[in-house]
Amino acid sequence: MTSEFAVEMRDVVKKFITPEGNELNAVDHVTMQIKNGEFFSMLGSSGCGKTTSLRMIAGFEWPTEGEVYIEGKSTGHTPPFQRKVNTVFQSYALFQHMTVFQNIAFGLEMEGAKESEIKKRVGRALEMVQLTGMERRRPRQLSGGQQQRVAVARALVKTPDVLLLDEPLGALDLKLRKEMQLELKALQQQLGITFIYVTHDQEEALTMSDRIAVMSKGRVQQLATPVEIYERPVNKFVADFIGESNFLEGKIKHISGNEALVHIPVLNAEIRGMPMSNNFVNGEEVSVSIRPEKIRIAEQAAKGEGLFQAKVLTSVYIGSDTHVYADLNGTRLKVMEQNRISRLDPSSFYTKDQVITLVFMPENTLILKKD
Amino acid sequence: MNPHRRSPWVIAATVLVYFFLYAPIVVLILYSFNASRANVKFEGFITSFSDRVEMDGSFVKASPCGPFHWFCDLSKNDDVLEAAGNTLTIAFVATIISTIIGTMAALALQRYDFKIKPFSQLSLYIPIVIPEIVMGIGILTLFSQTFGWLNEALNLTGDARLSMGIGTVAVSHIAFMVPFVTLVVQARLQGFDKSYEEAAMDLGANEWVTFWRVTFPMILPGVLSGALLAFTLSLDDFVITFFTNGPGSTTLPIYVYGLLRRIITPQVNALSTVWILTVFIAVLLLQWLQSREQKPAHE
Ligand SMILES: Nc1ncnc2c1ncn2[C@@H]1O[C@H](COP(=O)(O)OP(=O)(O)OP(=O)(O)O)[C@@H](O)[C@H]1O
Ligand SMILES: [Mg+2]
Repeated sequence: MTSEFAVEMRDVVKKFITPEGNELNAVDHVTMQIKNGEFFSMLGSSGCGKTTSLRMIAGFEWPTEGEVYIEGKSTGHTPPFQRKVNTVFQSYALFQHMTVFQNIAFGLEMEGAKESEIKKRVGRALEMVQLTGMERRRPRQLSGGQQQRVAVARALVKTPDVLLLDEPLGALDLKLRKEMQLELKALQQQLGITFIYVTHDQEEALTMSDRIAVMSKGRVQQLATPVEIYERPVNKFVADFIGESNFLEGKIKHISGNEALVHIPVLNAEIRGMPMSNNFVNGEEVSVSIRPEKIRIAEQAAKGEGLFQAKVLTSVYIGSDTHVYADLNGTRLKVMEQNRISRLDPSSFYTKDQVITLVFMPENTLILKKD
Repeated sequence: MNPHRRSPWVIAATVLVYFFLYAPIVVLILYSFNASRANVKFEGFITSFSDRVEMDGSFVKASPCGPFHWFCDLSKNDDVLEAAGNTLTIAFVATIISTIIGTMAALALQRYDFKIKPFSQLSLYIPIVIPEIVMGIGILTLFSQTFGWLNEALNLTGDARLSMGIGTVAVSHIAFMVPFVTLVVQARLQGFDKSYEEAAMDLGANEWVTFWRVTFPMILPGVLSGALLAFTLSLDDFVITFFTNGPGSTTLPIYVYGLLRRIITPQVNALSTVWILTVFIAVLLLQWLQSREQKPAHE
């Protein structure tokens, strides 16, 4: 009876009237299917509609258009207290007038669980988030990380089908964040519950998620696995937002299957690369993207296809890598080289104005839609 | 220079402020133990606890209550007891009703947007800023007109006739207390994050349970402060009560005012002392309740 998808958003639009009186599509024709047991992230910069999407799944907002399905069932106007999803709020929203125990027990009381049952389950939940012994504390008497765990325990004790987390680690310092990332991921794998995780931190999304929806201006730009998102971004926005990219603008000259030739006016040359969309047409304006670590610097000067002469602007040694910023006919490029060999000799490092040969491999060169 | 050393001016100002605030109260309390019947002169505390014959040959019967003579006198005064009863009844009823209405108004103003909202907010201040006497006259006119019209229209006679009394006093008290309660509760709601309510609903509580288990306990300190403010306003209201009371609904302030126009005996002071003590204990109690509420459970 359970559907393949834990949550499904079909062509969902959420309109708000801004205080200035304008209509705003906070969520704009979003369709996504979140599989059972998946760690799913919504990633995007501030104001892109992540929280609004999550709130529609939780039942705090209703879609203006489209429909949200939970376990295959249309949610319509079902109130939050009748949905089998639970939320970990960004501000935690722990009840200040209750103890840790009472906070976690609240959801079970609402289900009408017996006292002995509540005791047992709260105890287990506390164990799960390693807070045993803190039952009688008030939220104010806990550290940020501990409060965060209480919020997670309070939601998980209800054994929801889906756990919604809205930037749950936003308030924590970097070190604790990293720790909690691992803990949350481990917890998700151990329980097998679907997690829908909202964050604007790309590293967090890449490390934790099975799949990521990259969002911008209320729309889903790309929905894929972390590897696909990084290695095969569908457009310039995604390539720019996730990781670092060098961009060159050009026009498609020739396209055949999974290879295309792009004319780059500033280089007065052609670059061969992989089209990231299958509806390019000849003459279309495109962006060509190459990641810094995927550009190679040739040992010796050379000429030929995919080889370009550039002038070094600066070279920054950062231990594991060297970052070389180079000028390629007026375009600034970043190149990352791993320091695989231990060396001290100053002549083995790049110096300003040195001319180097950059190697662009077609399989590392991505041809992207402009939007 | 030690920043914590206070300038003598500050100390002097502080002393003066406290003096003017508390001297009248201290004097008032002292005079309620006055040996003299006249309230204008302090003749020392009541010290004679046995019958005695004065120098001029007059016989003075000792008070059975010792130094609390005037308090005993007071407790035998049926008029005072009735007035006190009226005052408390009106204060309790008016406080409960105005706290409920005021709290609901504050919640509605916080969470709903409606066309006349700016007007509703503004209208809260009107009963607070207009002179009480104007409001008193207004309420009096309203009641007497309405009652007159109703008595005539329904052909009411005798005891059935609508007239001023405890009911009208209570209603008028509610009318002027509601804005105070609303403003106090609103102040408390300012920092109230709606995610608490959302969390409760997320965990399976419906609107009703959410209100009683989460919203209400969280705004309770504000509601209590509003209620206490309303209660004290009602206890010592004179002007509005003056216009709206009727036979049998004399309150303490009205009664004391009446006493003062006739004779002033330390009885009035004794009455005031009891009154101050009552309010004082009520405030302390509330403080204690609130501090207990906020204090964390023991570790
Ligand atoms: N109740 C509302 N009324 C009007 N506009 C709203 C409302 N809620 C959200 N918005 C607008 O909708 C857009 C999306 O908001 P949302 O909270 O979903 O962003 P977000 O992606 O969660 O951003 P952040 O990372 O900053 O939390 C924003 O432009 C916001 O101003
Ligand atoms: Mg948000």
